[in-house]
Amino acid sequence: MSGSNPKSKKTPKKKKNVSNYDSAELLHYYREMLQIRRFEEKAGQLYGMGLIAGFCHLYIGQEAVVVGMQAAIGDGDQVITGYRDHGHMLTLGMEPRGVMAELTGRAGGYSKGKGGSMHMFSTEKNFYGGHGIVGAQVSLGTGLAFANTYRGNDRVSLAYFGDGAANQGQVYESFNMAKLWDLPVIYVIENNHYAMGTAIARSSSETHLHKRGASFGIPGVEVDGMDVLAVKEAADMAVAHARAGKGPIILEMKTYRYRGHSMSDPAKYRTREEVNAVRAQSDPIEQLKQTILEAGFSDETALKEIDKEIKAIVNDAADFAKDSPEPDPSELYTDVLA
Amino acid sequence: MAIEILMPALSPTMEEGSLTKWLVAEGDAIQSGDILAEIETDKATMEIESVDDGIMGKLLVAAGSENVAVNTVIAVLLEDGDDADAVPTATAPAQQPEPSKSDAADAPATTPEAPTSPPAFEPVVPMEVPEGTKMIETTIRDALRDAMAEEMRRDEDVFLIGEEVAQYQGAYKVSREMLEEFGSRRVIDTPITEHGFAGLAVGAAFTGLRPIVEFMTFNFAMQAIDHIINSAAKTRYMSGGQMACPIVFRGPNGAASRVGAQHSQDYAPWYGHVPGLKVVAPYDAADAKGLLKSAIRDPNPVVFLEHELMYGETFDVPDVEDWLVPIGQALVRREGTDATITAHSRMVGFSLQAAEILAQEGISVEVIDLRTIRPLDEETILASVRKTNRLVTVEESWGRMGIGAEIAAMVTEGAFDYLDAPPKRVHQVETPLAYAANLESLSMPNPERIAQAVREVCYV
Ligand SMILES: Cc1ncc(C[n+]2csc(CCOP(=O)(O)OP(=O)(O)O)c2C)c(N)n1
Ligand SMILES: [Mg+2]
Repeated sequence: MSGSNPKSKKTPKKKKNVSNYDSAELLHYYREMLQIRRFEEKAGQLYGMGLIAGFCHLYIGQEAVVVGMQAAIGDGDQVITGYRDHGHMLTLGMEPRGVMAELTGRAGGYSKGKGGSMHMFSTEKNFYGGHGIVGAQVSLGTGLAFANTYRGNDRVSLAYFGDGAANQGQVYESFNMAKLWDLPVIYVIENNHYAMGTAIARSSSETHLHKRGASFGIPGVEVDGMDVLAVKEAADMAVAHARAGKGPIILEMKTYRYRGHSMSDPAKYRTREEVNAVRAQSDPIEQLKQTILEAGFSDETALKEIDKEIKAIVNDAADFAKDSPEPDPSELYTDVLA
Repeated sequence: MAIEILMPALSPTMEEGSLTKWLVAEGDAIQSGDILAEIETDKATMEIESVDDGIMGKLLVAAGSENVAVNTVIAVLLEDGDDADAVPTATAPAQQPEPSKSDAADAPATTPEAPTSPPAFEPVVPMEVPEGTKMIETTIRDALRDAMAEEMRRDEDVFLIGEEVAQYQGAYKVSREMLEEFGSRRVIDTPITEHGFAGLAVGAAFTGLRPIVEFMTFNFAMQAIDHIINSAAKTRYMSGGQMACPIVFRGPNGAASRVGAQHSQDYAPWYGHVPGLKVVAPYDAADAKGLLKSAIRDPNPVVFLEHELMYGETFDVPDVEDWLVPIGQALVRREGTDATITAHSRMVGFSLQAAEILAQEGISVEVIDLRTIRPLDEETILASVRKTNRLVTVEESWGRMGIGAEIAAMVTEGAFDYLDAPPKRVHQVETPLAYAANLESLSMPNPERIAQAVREVCYV
C-alpha cells in the first residue's frame, strides 16, 4: 500500500487574486515564513554539529500553516501544540535567541535549558507548549478554551496536532466535550501526510481528517496548507466562528514536511522525487514570493534584503545559543514545586 | 564569504561516517534545500541538504571516503564574489565549537522575558485548636464536601468537574447539594472521558483556574494518568518555572468491598513516586477537610486519595473558621515506646486497633498517620523510630516497591543504628484482589495481622 498523494497541485498555479491584501501584509507573511525556514535550517545545522541533541523536529515545509493561522488571532488568544513547535513560537513573537538557546540546552533558553526542543512555554505570549505526548495537547488545548468560557471572555484557543495524533482517543473525548459545551477552540490538524514513517492511508480509515468532527456536530474544512493566504482566510473564518460562541471548528491543513520526522530519521518511507515535487510545485515561501513579485509589491532585490536581515537574526540566535552558559547546577532542583 | 560545509552528525552519538556519494559537482549552482551528498553510518543513510544558496566551490572529501569525522569540512560553497582558488584544501576536522561555560555573570543568561510569577501562596501552618473549641461530628463524606464548598465560596476560580458530580450529587454523594449552590458552571458533569477531562482540567489549570477533578474511583484515573504525570506534574519544571498547574485530583482509592481486582487498588505508591506531585491520603474527617482545603489552595498538582469504606465514618471536626491542615506533616495518633507503626488512610484505623490489642499484651505502640505520602514527613518517622527502635509499615497496596519499602529504606538510611530489629511490612498479598469473601480477607491487612507483625519485630 502506498501513502496518499500529497502532491495535490500539479498544474502551474493560477495567478493569485491579491486585491484583498496590501504589500505590508504579504511581506509580513513572507518574512515570518522565511524566518521559520532559516531558523530551522540553522537548527538542523547545529544538530549536525552536536550542539543540539535528542529529538529535534523541524517545521520546514509547513510554515504557511502557522503563519496564516496566527495572523488571524489577537491578544490573549492561546496557542498549544506538540513537539514540532519552533515555528509556532517564532510566529507568536517569542525571541529566536530564547528558542535556539533552549534547543542547545542553555540557561538563556525559554525553559532555562530544562525543557528542550519539545518543551517551551511563554505565559507572556500565551503559548502553552510544547508537548511530547502525541495527542495530549488536544485535551489541554480544549481546557484552555474551557477556561475562556469559564471566565466569560471572548478569547479563543488554537490546538494544533498532526495527522497521526488525529487517531488518539483523547482527541475524540475532547471533540465531544468541546461541542457539548461549545468551547471556543480551533482544532488545527497539520496533515503533513506522515506520522513518523506511517503514511496516512496506512493508519486512518477516514483520511479526510476534517470530517472527523462530523459525528460530534463539529464543522470541518480542508485547507491548502501550503498557501498562506488560503490558510489566513480559513483562519479568519474559524476564529470568527469560535469567537462568536458557535463552538469548536476543525481546519485540516494539507501540508508537507520536507525533512525527516526528527533529525535522526533517514526518511526511507518516501521517495526523494515525492519530496522534490512538493518543493518544486507548492513550496509556501516560493508561492508567496511569486505572488508578491507578480503583484508588484516588491522586487528580487528587496526580498534578498529581507533574507539577509533574517539570516542575521538567525545567526545572532545561534551565537547566543552557543554562548549562553549551561544552566547552573543549582537549577537542578528548582521549579519542581512552587 | 565562503561557507564551509561540515560532515554532520546524524545522531548525538555519531562520531564518524562514510561519504558515499556527491550529488553535485564543483561549479554547480546550489539552492538551499538541494541535496549535496549522501552519508552513511552503520545505522542509517542520510542526505545532506544545503542550507545556503551559492556556487559549489570545492569538494574536499572524495565520494566513497570512509571514517570521515563529524565536523570535517567536506566542501566549500561560494557566495557572490568568492574566489574558489582562495579556498583552503585541508580536510582537518573543523574546530568543534566548544560550548562556552563562562560564568552566568558574564553572559546574558536570563530568559528572554521575565517569567510571570505563579500566584502568591501562603504556606499552611498547623492550627492550634483552642481549649473549649466545639467539635462537630461529621462524616468524611460531608467533611470533603464542606472543604470543597468553603473553598468554592472563597475563590471563584475553583470548580468541580467529573462524572456524576452534579445532577447525581456524586457517585458516592460527596458533592451533595453542590450543584444547587454553585450551579452548572462550577459543578460540571462530564462524559465518561477520564483521559479527556483530566487533560481539559490541566489545560484550564495552566491558565490559573483551580480545578478539582473527581475520579469516580482512582482505578479509572489510570485512563488519565498520562495527564496527571506528564502534563500536570512535569510542566512547571519543563517550563523553567513559568507554568503553574494548581489542580486537585481526588476520589476514592484502595479496596472497596467485594468489587474484584479491577476496582480494588491503592495507588499511593504510584503517585508517591512522582516529583512535581503532592500526594495526600487522610484518615479522619478533620484531616479530610483540612487537608483538602490546603490541597485546593496549593499551587501544585495534588493527588488526594480518599477511601470508599471510610466515607460514612464519623469523626470530630473542630468548629473553627477556615480549618486547614498543612500538607507534608504526619500525625502521631497514639504515642508509644516499644514499636512504631506507619500507616495511611483506612489502615490508620486498623493500626490503632492493633495498638489496642497489643496494649493488653503490655506492648506500647506508637502509631504514625502519614497523612501525606509525598512529601513524606521523614522527621516525624525517624524521631519515632529513634525512640521505639522498631518499625512496622502498613498499607493496602502491594508490598514490592511500595510505601513500606520506601519508609524502610528511609529508616535504614536515617536511623540504622537505632534499629533493634529489621523493619516489617504489612500489605496486600502479591496478587490481584480476589472477589471471594474468604480470599479477599486473606489478602488484606487487618488489625490482627498488624499486631502479629509488631510482635515479630519485638521478638515476642
Ligand atoms: C502517545 C505517544 N505515542 C507515540 C509517540 C512517538 N511519536 C512521536 S511523534 C509521532 C508521530 C506523530 O505524527 P503526527 O501526529 O502526524 O505529527 P507530525 O510529526 O507529522 O507533525 C510518534 C508516533 C509519542 N510521542 N506519544
Ligand atoms: Mg504528520
